[in-house]
Amino acid sequence: MSDTDKGVAVRARGLVKHYGTTRALDGVDLEIPTGQVLGLLGPNGAGKTTTVRILTTLLLPDSGEAEVAGHDVLTDPDGVRRSIGLSGQYAAVDENLTGFENLYLVARLYGQRKPQARKRSRELLARFRLDEAADRPAKGYSGGMRRRLDLAGALVAEPSVVVLDEPTTGLDPRGRIEMWEVIEQLVATGATVLLTTQYLEEADRLADSVVVIDRGKVIARGTPDELKNQIGGERLELVVAAAEEVPLAVRVLAEVGSGEPAADERSRRVEVLVDTGTKALVEALRRLDALDVVVQDAALHRPTLDDVFLSLTGHGTTEEVPS
Amino acid sequence: MTALAKVFSDSGVITWRNVMNVRRNPEWLLGATVFPIMFVLMFAYVFGGAIGGPGGDSVEYREFLIAGIFAQTVAFNSSYTVIGFANDLQKGIIDRFRSLPMSRFAVILGRTTADQVLSVVVLVVMSTCGLLIGWRIRGSALDAVLGYLMILLFAFALSWVGAYIGLITPSVEVANSAGLIWMFPLTFVSSAFVPQESLPGVLGTIADWNPFTAAVNATRDLFGNASPAGWPLPSGWPAENAALYAILSSVAIIAIFAPLATARYRRVASK
Ligand SMILES: Nc1ncnc2c1ncn2[C@@H]1O[C@H](COP(=O)(O)OP(=O)(O)O)[C@@H](O)[C@H]1O
Ligand SMILES: [Mg+2]
Repeated sequence: MSDTDKGVAVRARGLVKHYGTTRALDGVDLEIPTGQVLGLLGPNGAGKTTTVRILTTLLLPDSGEAEVAGHDVLTDPDGVRRSIGLSGQYAAVDENLTGFENLYLVARLYGQRKPQARKRSRELLARFRLDEAADRPAKGYSGGMRRRLDLAGALVAEPSVVVLDEPTTGLDPRGRIEMWEVIEQLVATGATVLLTTQYLEEADRLADSVVVIDRGKVIARGTPDELKNQIGGERLELVVAAAEEVPLAVRVLAEVGSGEPAADERSRRVEVLVDTGTKALVEALRRLDALDVVVQDAALHRPTLDDVFLSLTGHGTTEEVPS
Repeated sequence: MTALAKVFSDSGVITWRNVMNVRRNPEWLLGATVFPIMFVLMFAYVFGGAIGGPGGDSVEYREFLIAGIFAQTVAFNSSYTVIGFANDLQKGIIDRFRSLPMSRFAVILGRTTADQVLSVVVLVVMSTCGLLIGWRIRGSALDAVLGYLMILLFAFALSWVGAYIGLITPSVEVANSAGLIWMFPLTFVSSAFVPQESLPGVLGTIADWNPFTAAVNATRDLFGNASPAGWPLPSGWPAENAALYAILSSVAIIAIFAPLATARYRRVASK
């Protein structure tokens, strides 16, 4: 790493990539200070995987430049490969090999000698709580176990930069929380992490800073807190006692709030963004009381990253983006 | 480690992985040998009487047939490479390999080598079957070993073609048939089952120049297995220099397809 780069582990400038006529990336810039976690956040088709593939030398950009751990991805891809660990969007696990053999294979390909490769594989299996299943073929592993095994594979050579492409997509809630714990441990060891996700909650929990992309363009960046402050206001959330009263509550919140209320009939929950904080809360409760609507629960929340996304793009995170 | 040593060490590791993959599904040996054994039985006992020379001697024909069946069996093993690559692409394993500081060439060399490891096992089984139906090695032991090596070399060359096919096929389903389909004309329009002189017109010329014919003829010769008495003997340069022609074709096929497959590997994206 040259002196000027000290402290920056990953830097990408103006990445552009087309697939046929699809502009998958349209000038993406990002920078990750050494030892930090960057959350690359965006819905399906935003360009997250394309960014990851360029930074991990799997794909050449049409234009732009990128440097990972001081190595240029275009001119020194082998240098990049020696410094990174990649856990791709789909767990790259060899189902016919055991968990141990999967890691041993990767360790040997990183150039480790047999005894070292064996030792390192066992260490990682223990760390990722896979030691009991270590000698069974990965075919029988659960989704969460496969994901952990894949991540363990990325860490075999103790890379200084770890890239995780949607590490929790497709996992059940328990698998997701386990994966978060594993990633938090990894961060504690000082690795620089690039993490892509569709889950705002995940970026909020794991990332030091967030880059939001949509349709190949960066639409916001900052710490999770900065992003929340950017849209200002707070979110007022109510639960009414009876489902029939939801439409009434929606009408009231539309009056006191600063945006369109969202409602869920089944949980009888209604919410809206407000500018005036507690004042809006008191006003909403007063009006509902006058209408004889029983409110079971009422709260003010700082906005989540979901709100940020909605306000930045005008569409939610789960909506399919036409390609 | 020097770069070259790393290529060989990586290929060894990849070969191990591919062989393990097949070994974990023990049915593979059944799959790999049932068809050839059925072919032996069918040709030897069903068609043998009709094909087996003027005297209708099917013992002689069986002796003739074995080298052809062996060569066909190991040639078909190149489909492991085709399907293996298609699978690895689909499962994202190729992405993992491509993100590692390892030799690109080794990923393919490890595949094509693994095919031959499997082929050796299959040849042991097939040879046992051959001996049971009366086939014998009539030449020296050294020649017999060279005979086996001849068909393995040719099959190794075909595996490089298989690697290229596996890396360009769009899906595992396509790979399943793409890996096999070209094997049929390659192995049947040849001297594997019938005297090549008996093939009509253009087919005869193709069979004469088919490198597979040369590999079969060379191996048959090294095994000391003659054609049934009274069969027309093949003539022409490829027939008279069968071993040389088979070796040259194998080298040429590798020289063409190794760079093609490696170049393709550098670009492939997982599906
Ligand atoms: N191999 C490919 N061929 C054609 N289009 C692609 C390919 N990979 C991705 N795309 C397109 O590029 C865009 C970005 O895709 P991707 O980077 O995979 O998004 P994400 O990972 O954020 O879901 C999408 O519109 C997607 O359809
Ligand atoms: Mg993706």
